[in-house]
Amino acid sequence: MRQIAIYGKGGIGKSTTTQNTVAGLASIGKKVMIIGCDPKADSTRLILHAKAQNTVMDLVRELGTVEDLELDDVMKVGYGNVKCVESGGPEPGVGCAGRGVITAINFLEENGAYTPDLDFVFYDVLGDVVCGGFAMPIREGKAEEIYIVCSGEMMAMYAANNIAKGILKYASSGKVRLGGLICNSRNTDREDELIMALAAKLGTQMIHFVPRDNQVQRAELRRMTVIEYSPEHKQAEEYRTLARKISENTMLVVPTPLEMEELEDLLMEFGIMEVEDEAIVGVAEAAA
Amino acid sequence: MSDKIRKVEGITKESTEALIAETLAAYPEKARKKRAPHLGANDPASGSACVKSNKKTVPGVMSARGCAYAGAKGVVWGPIRDMVHVSHGPVGCGWYSWGTRRNMMSGITGVTSFPMQFTSDFQEKDIVYGGDKKLKVLLEEAHDLFPLAKGISVLSECPVGLIGDDINSVAKTSAKELDIPIIPCNCEGFRGVSQSLGHHISNDTIRDYIIGTREYAEPESPYDIALIGEYNIGGDAWSTKPLLEECGFNVKSVWTGDGELEKIAATHKVKLNVIHCYRSMNYMCKVMEEKYGTPWVELNFFGPTKIRNSLRQLAALFDDTIKEKVEAVIAKYDPIMQAVIDEYKPRLDGKKVMLLVGGLRPRHTIGAYEDLGMDCVGSGYEFAHTDDYDRTAPEMPDATVVYDDPSEYEFEKFADALKPDLIGSGIKEKYVFQKMGIPFRQMHSWDYSGPYHGYKGFEVFARDVDMAINSPTWKLVKAPF
Repeated sequence: MRQIAIYGKGGIGKSTTTQNTVAGLASIGKKVMIIGCDPKADSTRLILHAKAQNTVMDLVRELGTVEDLELDDVMKVGYGNVKCVESGGPEPGVGCAGRGVITAINFLEENGAYTPDLDFVFYDVLGDVVCGGFAMPIREGKAEEIYIVCSGEMMAMYAANNIAKGILKYASSGKVRLGGLICNSRNTDREDELIMALAAKLGTQMIHFVPRDNQVQRAELRRMTVIEYSPEHKQAEEYRTLARKISENTMLVVPTPLEMEELEDLLMEFGIMEVEDEAIVGVAEAAA
Repeated sequence: MSDKIRKVEGITKESTEALIAETLAAYPEKARKKRAPHLGANDPASGSACVKSNKKTVPGVMSARGCAYAGAKGVVWGPIRDMVHVSHGPVGCGWYSWGTRRNMMSGITGVTSFPMQFTSDFQEKDIVYGGDKKLKVLLEEAHDLFPLAKGISVLSECPVGLIGDDINSVAKTSAKELDIPIIPCNCEGFRGVSQSLGHHISNDTIRDYIIGTREYAEPESPYDIALIGEYNIGGDAWSTKPLLEECGFNVKSVWTGDGELEKIAATHKVKLNVIHCYRSMNYMCKVMEEKYGTPWVELNFFGPTKIRNSLRQLAALFDDTIKEKVEAVIAKYDPIMQAVIDEYKPRLDGKKVMLLVGGLRPRHTIGAYEDLGMDCVGSGYEFAHTDDYDRTAPEMPDATVVYDDPSEYEFEKFADALKPDLIGSGIKEKYVFQKMGIPFRQMHSWDYSGPYHGYKGFEVFARDVDMAINSPTWKLVKAPF
């Protein structure tokens, strides 16, 4: 069983990419489980065709304690026999979503959700690793393989580099490794070259360039992956390719995150960021 | 304050400094450097602290300290008898702090006093989804069950601060709906270096939510005072309050031992605040002084010498009626106290005591031991600040060792060298020293005894000290190490 965690900046398309990739793996006969680690609980809807799955934490709240919960209550099976679990958690601004992730994963472990017949477990994790709870999927004995979803936009790349820093921390004490960057294209200039350059600097690879295609949104309107909605479409083939590449990937590295200056140099080289003029820093428009 | 500098035979500045150096030698360099400023030889003439204090405990050493929650629940809020005190968070903090401080309460349980354990008993779901809704329900239930409770305090345990439960907003809404004071106290245990911050935070909540919100029904009198920093441990307040009343004062409220919320809330109306435990309540004395112009005086009710001085110091601030009454009270109790001394002093004279208590007793009790002929050869606090050590200097004999937040090792080492006949400290230290064959009294809770305050308390204190030191048990046991 390979356990894989998907990280990336919020809104970059982690859940869509994860579910399409998982559907791709299922379509080539792999047994997969997805664990959504985001209180928004939208990591499994395309597989289950559901609006919102019953989450582990929501049921815990209803029943009172974790001990009263049964695995069957929270694990649903969807397209391609993919098993789906959502950790769930609070509305923004209350409680502790990170603890929700920890509680949910502990529950799944204790109740035998990780069956030996599984080929893959995917963790789809909230955009920013804001506290220890969101690093739970990459703690010892869990995901050892991480893919970062990014695009050629500046903030997505900053986020990717920061996530690499987090992986470095866990890599030095455990077995977690970076498997590659998944470029979820935003159609920016020379995007593929840029992400490849970033990947090289991080010591990893751009495992696949997923082009932008509205077919993804069309499928999503029916709460489906492209793979299931239109298996013959070229976008479905892209996800199947990504699935195959991940399945065959052996390039697992301890990343070498960039210093801020190095990252900015790279962004300037590709014209995403302008060369800094120290003379205008902190000068208001009117004063200039 | 003592008039002349006392000396203890065999203790000099050099001997104490050598002992400290020898003790510190066992530490690795970093710990040694950190601990060194917290140990010193007393210089009574200086009247100022010989040690650093109120700093973070050095990791790796055993500390006797508590936490901010302990300071808020156990010390300041918990003793108020006519309120419900809610420990907000998982069950353990509230459970294990339930009644352990022996702050005694009068009244009828569930009607006029609430010495019970209220907790929101956090589960995983409360951490993840927040405990604020549960708190709101709890407050309603507590009010339904105990409609006569005058108010509710909400005391935060650690997780509440971590997940950011907004107890202040819940308290505000519920206070309005239930029409009783509900006081949110953000005293999460991880805040600060000791329980001391919990006292300060609690004082601040009294300032923000309580003081000035009530008035006394009876007309004012020039003899209205409040007794601050008296927690009624083992019934202490039931000794000091009647004593002050005998002297002609109206003790309008006691903070907070056997305390009543509405009387505390009206304390801004008194003419003088008498503070006993300076460390835990000086903050509110200063607030009342600044905001309402109420003066305050720090007194000591341990042992006849200190009591006599304190009562005269107090009388000096009032008219002749009080002065006469005070002299009459002193004249009444002096022979009674002399009889106590005559009984116990022959068996205790020249005995040595070492102390490690919280924030007051390491200095305030010294006079009581001296009344019995005993010498204090070492003293220190768990959580005192510089102003406490300043006040300690003149109370202790010359060159005796002063230790701030000592580790178990330091304390044992000092005891080993100084060979005290009695150690007065807490439950964590008790069995260590008893196993060393040293008599011990638990001086946080008066070791299931008390009161020790006031004239009434001195009789009990003298009996207990004699009982500890002169028990024949010690002759029958021999430590195998």
